[in-house]
Amino acid sequence: MAEMLEVSGITKRFGGLVAVNNVSFSVREKEILSVIGPNGAGKSTLFKLISSFLRPTTGEVRLKGERISGLAPHIAARRGVVRTFQETTIFKNMSVRDNVIIAHHLRSKASLFGFFLGTGTAKADEAAFGQSADEILALLGLSSLAHEIARNLPHGHLRALGIAIGLATNPSILLLDEPFAGMNHDETMRMVEMVRRLRERGLTILLVEHDMPAVMKISDRLVVLNFGQKIAEGTPSEIQANDKVIEAYLGSEDEAIGL
Amino acid sequence: MTLNRNTRIAAVVAFLAIVFIAVPAVISLSGRFDLYYTLTSVALLSIASAGVWLTFYIGRINIGQGAYALTGGYVSAILVMNHGWSFWLTLPAAGLFCAAASVLIGLPILRLRGVYFAMVTLVLTEVARLLALALPITNGAKGIVSIPLPGALSVFGITLIPDFATLQNSRLAFYLLAVTLMVVCFAIMYRLVNSRIGKLCQSLQQNEELASSIGVNIAYLRVIAYAVSSFFGGVSGAIFAAISQSIYPSSFTVTDSVNFMLNCFLGGLGYVFGPMLGTLVLYFGWDLLFQTGRFQLLIYSGLMIVLMLVLPNGLLSLAETTRKKG
Repeated sequence: MAEMLEVSGITKRFGGLVAVNNVSFSVREKEILSVIGPNGAGKSTLFKLISSFLRPTTGEVRLKGERISGLAPHIAARRGVVRTFQETTIFKNMSVRDNVIIAHHLRSKASLFGFFLGTGTAKADEAAFGQSADEILALLGLSSLAHEIARNLPHGHLRALGIAIGLATNPSILLLDEPFAGMNHDETMRMVEMVRRLRERGLTILLVEHDMPAVMKISDRLVVLNFGQKIAEGTPSEIQANDKVIEAYLGSEDEAIGL
Repeated sequence: MTLNRNTRIAAVVAFLAIVFIAVPAVISLSGRFDLYYTLTSVALLSIASAGVWLTFYIGRINIGQGAYALTGGYVSAILVMNHGWSFWLTLPAAGLFCAAASVLIGLPILRLRGVYFAMVTLVLTEVARLLALALPITNGAKGIVSIPLPGALSVFGITLIPDFATLQNSRLAFYLLAVTLMVVCFAIMYRLVNSRIGKLCQSLQQNEELASSIGVNIAYLRVIAYAVSSFFGGVSGAIFAAISQSIYPSSFTVTDSVNFMLNCFLGGLGYVFGPMLGTLVLYFGWDLLFQTGRFQLLIYSGLMIVLMLVLPNGLLSLAETTRKKG
């Protein structure tokens, strides 16, 4: 399989603190790869580095061979690396459908001025966005909530909306920020299903997550971080058997890593 | 607003009939020609307020519109007096000058949010006043006076607008000019807000990080909105200078900047026509309270506080609730 995303020797220092230390790995096309690790392992920093919300101190991130680290977030999004946020990050006062429609921004062919004048291209864009938004909402089971104001949605649906927003940008790789956090078992299982469906549609997915059982179920491969360093990489069964990983999680309960 | 198409057209026609036919008719019948000046001021202030409203729409509290109105006034006055430009040319020039200035100022300061941006813009008004006092070209505290009235505007030999100095009633002419520009300004605003650009502005207001994650160039969009806002400020300042035929460093002060913001609050931040209604109510409200003498400011401020508590979404939210109930 071809490599979609390549993280090579990436390091991020905040003053004297090394949050991410010389981490390298790659994500293959149509793969679900999870980054896990105990609290404070540097997962969130790594996530922000890959989505270009932070600039690495050294090292780089490449998408299909092209360097994307150090670009502005909206340019990284334009290249095809799109992140989701944890639940509260949505356009709260817009309807669910408008949230998804606005997220089609990158697909617009008309210019801002074109939208102002209401040119033919702009109208065609609007129509296409509406149709695509409806498809995405249907895919994620949000159709019945399309006209609800987003801030009124319950947790699970907010997370789905976040993913819908990410999907609307038509990314090459979608980065999910703790998609299972705060979910009960049923909601987690539904989300696992949803993420699998996205992959079946040809999407490459990288996720950062705490919830071990879900991660073990969903991932093709895992990368384990501890104190900012990569300590292991491999399939779920390899990771579960890895001594370093068990050691890193020692002190937390066994079931935390799905043993 | 979700009025249907026919109602909207009817509302626009009614509005145009009122401002272009009914108001001049009533004024000439009643002989209250002073009302022209008042209404002209309202129209011009509402243009400047519309600009402020647009910055609110991208999630920034703008208390600096006075700076651009003052700059616009000076740009127009200097071009007319020192360079012999026609007033009509200075009008877009003043707007563009302010827009260009706001791009330079906006690039660094639009990174700030909330109260920090508000404070910087507040200072901006004061900076503009001090600059006008200090720069040689603005003639210091003496200001620029005896600016000639707008001359004729001709295109290909056809006179579109006659020389204001030759008119018997230049107040009516200024009124028509101000109201026309107000209509154009709000038509542009309406279109902006109801096109995809409006949605993009809302996305900035609601979550800039998410907006940039979906590929919106937030820095660019912020600057564009701020430039449009300042353009309106500059144009309105330029006409003010032409009407009063003078401009001083104190022509627009912090008080004016605050008033522009209050106009938006009062009318409603969620409604394009909020600043227009807000300006009208605030301007006439202040004048009506003149009767109360030294209690004027006290009652005025008290009323503003009560209104913000009772109607946080502005006067136009009243129309919304009645429509829902009905």
